[in-house]
Amino acid sequence: MFAAEAAETAVSWFYTHAWVIPALPAASFVLILFFGKRLPFKGAEIGITAVAAAFVLAVLTTFTWIGDVQAEIASHEEGTTTEEHGTTEGGATTEEEHGTTEEEAPATSEEEEGLASGEQAAPAAPVAEEEEGGHATRGAPILTERTWFSNGADTFRIGTLIDGQSVMLLFVVTFISLLVHVYSTDYVHGDRRYTHFFAFLSLFTAAMLYYVLSSNTLQMIMGWELVGVCSFGLIGHWWEEKANSDAALKAFFTNRVGDIGLLVGMITLYFASGKTFDVVEINSKAISGETSHTALLVASLCLMAAVMSKSGQFILHTWLPDAMAGPTPVSALIHAATMVVAGVYLIGRLYGVFWMGLSIPGSSINAMAVIGAVTTVGGGLLAFVQRDIKKVLAYSTVSQLGYMVLALGVGAYTAGMFHLFTHAFFKACLFLGAGSVSHACHHSFDMKADMGGLRKYMPKTFITFVIGSLALAGIPPLAGFWSKDEILAGAGVWPGTEGNGDYWMPFVFGMITAALTAAYMTRTVWLTFFGEYRGHAHPHESGPRITTPLIILAFMAVVVGFLNLPGPFVETLGLPAGIAHRFEEWVEPGGIASFPPIDHANPSLTLAIVASLLAAGAGFVVLRYYKALYAKDAHAAEYTDGLRSRNTLAAAGYRVLENKYYLDHLYTGIIAGATKGPIADAAYWINQNIIDGIINTVGKFSVGLGRFVYHFIDQGMVDEAVNVSGRTASGSGQFLRRIQTGQIRQYATLMFGSAALLAAVFIIAI
Amino acid sequence: MYLNQFLILAAALFCIGVYGVLARRNGVLVLMSIELILNSVNINLVALSAMNGDVTGQVFALFVIAVAAAEVGVGLAIVLLIYRNRRSIDIAEANLLKG
Amino acid sequence: MTAAILAQEALSRTESGVVNGFFAVLAIVAIVSALKMVTSSNVVHAALYLLVVLSAVAGVYVILGAEFVAATQVLVYLGAIMVLLLFGVMLTRAKIGTDTDLDNEQRWIGALVGAGMLAVMTYSLWEGFGDDKLPDTMVPQPTQAVSDSIFGTYLVPFEALSLLLLAALIGAVVVARRD
Repeated sequence: MFAAEAAETAVSWFYTHAWVIPALPAASFVLILFFGKRLPFKGAEIGITAVAAAFVLAVLTTFTWIGDVQAEIASHEEGTTTEEHGTTEGGATTEEEHGTTEEEAPATSEEEEGLASGEQAAPAAPVAEEEEGGHATRGAPILTERTWFSNGADTFRIGTLIDGQSVMLLFVVTFISLLVHVYSTDYVHGDRRYTHFFAFLSLFTAAMLYYVLSSNTLQMIMGWELVGVCSFGLIGHWWEEKANSDAALKAFFTNRVGDIGLLVGMITLYFASGKTFDVVEINSKAISGETSHTALLVASLCLMAAVMSKSGQFILHTWLPDAMAGPTPVSALIHAATMVVAGVYLIGRLYGVFWMGLSIPGSSINAMAVIGAVTTVGGGLLAFVQRDIKKVLAYSTVSQLGYMVLALGVGAYTAGMFHLFTHAFFKACLFLGAGSVSHACHHSFDMKADMGGLRKYMPKTFITFVIGSLALAGIPPLAGFWSKDEILAGAGVWPGTEGNGDYWMPFVFGMITAALTAAYMTRTVWLTFFGEYRGHAHPHESGPRITTPLIILAFMAVVVGFLNLPGPFVETLGLPAGIAHRFEEWVEPGGIASFPPIDHANPSLTLAIVASLLAAGAGFVVLRYYKALYAKDAHAAEYTDGLRSRNTLAAAGYRVLENKYYLDHLYTGIIAGATKGPIADAAYWINQNIIDGIINTVGKFSVGLGRFVYHFIDQGMVDEAVNVSGRTASGSGQFLRRIQTGQIRQYATLMFGSAALLAAVFIIAI
Repeated sequence: MYLNQFLILAAALFCIGVYGVLARRNGVLVLMSIELILNSVNINLVALSAMNGDVTGQVFALFVIAVAAAEVGVGLAIVLLIYRNRRSIDIAEANLLKG
Repeated sequence: MTAAILAQEALSRTESGVVNGFFAVLAIVAIVSALKMVTSSNVVHAALYLLVVLSAVAGVYVILGAEFVAATQVLVYLGAIMVLLLFGVMLTRAKIGTDTDLDNEQRWIGALVGAGMLAVMTYSLWEGFGDDKLPDTMVPQPTQAVSDSIFGTYLVPFEALSLLLLAALIGAVVVARRD
């Protein structure tokens, strides 16, 4: 009772003023830009202060949120179901009246505000009772909005949306950003664009937080593009080298491909759900069936394209490994922990749309799950053949992002979000560890040439890196184990798990990846830290500003998994039942209209054991391989005359992987080359090779047919007809080529002439 | 007053503009002809706006005028660039699209 | 300019015959000047003919009761765009005086296309609007209504337009810059 009243009367300051969190780094960006160079620490201090303040606010918001959710659960357990309407309605929408009344006439404004708040709060209440029955409503999103601008009858609003998902990411982004800021003061020390680097880090943090807090899709698009710009700027931080600026351009252009999908998808959603950008409303309408299924399908497929580019899903993932051209802290923050999960976040934010559009429940296959499954295995395989330690981690990121998309695709929302959460910590730890290693080895990332045996020289980095690797590989009881296990259970095919469908194919791919991950991480750790040192530098442990973030992140990689312990596990160990499924309660809303009714998979002990054994076994096999190698030759990095030279199939597989499935060749060589070349060339080529070829083939075929089967058809006539048609095609092609004179005027003449002709045809025909 | 007298005047100016675009060599003259085309569109907008007693057409005519200003600015910049590179603004010489 | 003033006076009398007469004058002036513009063999003359056409069109706007559009036409087209075009003529060092080489060899095809379009359009306008008449009492639309519409209903397009102008400004500088 008390909790419900509290929620009704006062909405926490942290919710209504969440906009301060992105505003702090944004202000820091401006300040660094203008004053950074003149300050004693070249602007780094502003960035660190702002992000630290944002982090404190984010932590306070997180605790407020957790407290409120717990209170909601407690109030439900007391049986005060009648109060819930009040709670959701009061909590769901807080309008800041005076913001609008100043601008508009008071009477109309109040009316509008009343209508708007009524509309937004309304869907939450009735559906909640029908669908969830006895379940509590918890974690309803809290909107703080004001009118942005209005155009005719349509009002566009701007504001923040606080719910479990956004609070979770607020915490992750500010936490890792803060550590990366501290780390960078040492790592990019003495760089010629040191101030510029910190300005961009601040801008990125602001943009990401803005994206996370967006209450409507219009804001999401803005945040999405802003983080893209920052990514572009930071990948090309050392743009003097052509490779780096190329990588930046590649990232930008690949993302443009997906952005088209994002725009088309968002616009489709806007019109399909009755002209609204509001995330809550779009989801509610999608789930209640108000929005047509076709529109949702189109929108979710378009949005999948956006997810594929931003979150590095298969076939559009090629930019992500190249993005490692940027400084390592950037790779850790942007290309591992935060920005690349923007796509996953998008899926979670509009989960109602994907849920209905792709028909996730009760199915055995859908586009999202397949993309995730293919990505996770594809990325894992590619991670095997890399020499560059950062590229291994990049492909591993691709693989793990695939895991998250797979999880959301099979309906395991919490599992996907939980994996996003845990992955952010251990992957940031690994990347920063790789940076520390390269810091010691003359800024080389080549594991085979310049590393090996580093455990003796840099023990702190070694231990944190190993912890990160174990967490990534899913070895219990580290973080990655819990989230990965939940995803595998979520596929719903292991006996007794009962998820949202029978996703066999994603499940099998997920199991393969579990083994692959352990294997390639073992290889990486061995090549980097074991054996004899193969480089020519004098490796040394990095300074405290580098190792402290590593230790903190490694600690997080150990403990964050315990946030979402499976119920049976807690019961078996006789721990208090309250600590099970904490993350799920905090992040996943329950019983509200804007979130689909998800069936939770049951955790399975056997599955957990099998998956861990698989991972451990794969790691062990790889370890044996390298141990044997080391016994033979202490300085060898890898067998060069091993399996590959003896088995052609293995060699071919290796070559395909080395060339990254030839996707880059496809994009630059074939697609871009063809587009770049003059259209006339293409037309000519088609004329020469395809049309002629087809004509000739058809001709030969019919001649053959004429000779052997239909003897009564006159051979000469057929031949002649074929030749004439061939000549006609060739001749018309030549003629058409002549039209391409390059004279704009002639094109214009043709255009206007044909327009007039077409108009005349219409007039006559109608 | 008939509505058609305005619309047909606009059509006539439009076609004269099209002829100018097609027949002129000089880049600046081509731009002028384009202005003519844009003006004829404006006459249509304003005439139909008067017909319906609605200001929307006028608003769009104003928008077209603003866009025309932008178009002339960029168009002249391009013409100047062509002139600087080729010492001639005969658009027949700008034929890099030749197949 | 005189045409515009005359047309204004004509409106005050509201006798449709007189207004029609003014329209006839303006239309003839516009079409003849337009034809002269696209056939003139002197670049500067062509620009001046364009000036006449644009003034005549401004007069037509006045007849149609769109005074604000007419004023904008005079300010932007006659004032700004014409100056810009004349600068273009000057900067590209066009020949002052007659230049026999202004038309290309394709003019006859162009004329054919233009005439064809005119025929099609006239026919379809005739079919479509027949003898639809404008309202008899043509009151000029108040500027307030126009501004309400721009800054109310069409605020977002208006903002987009301002962005377009900015982009065009930067684009023009970047393209024409010497470096």
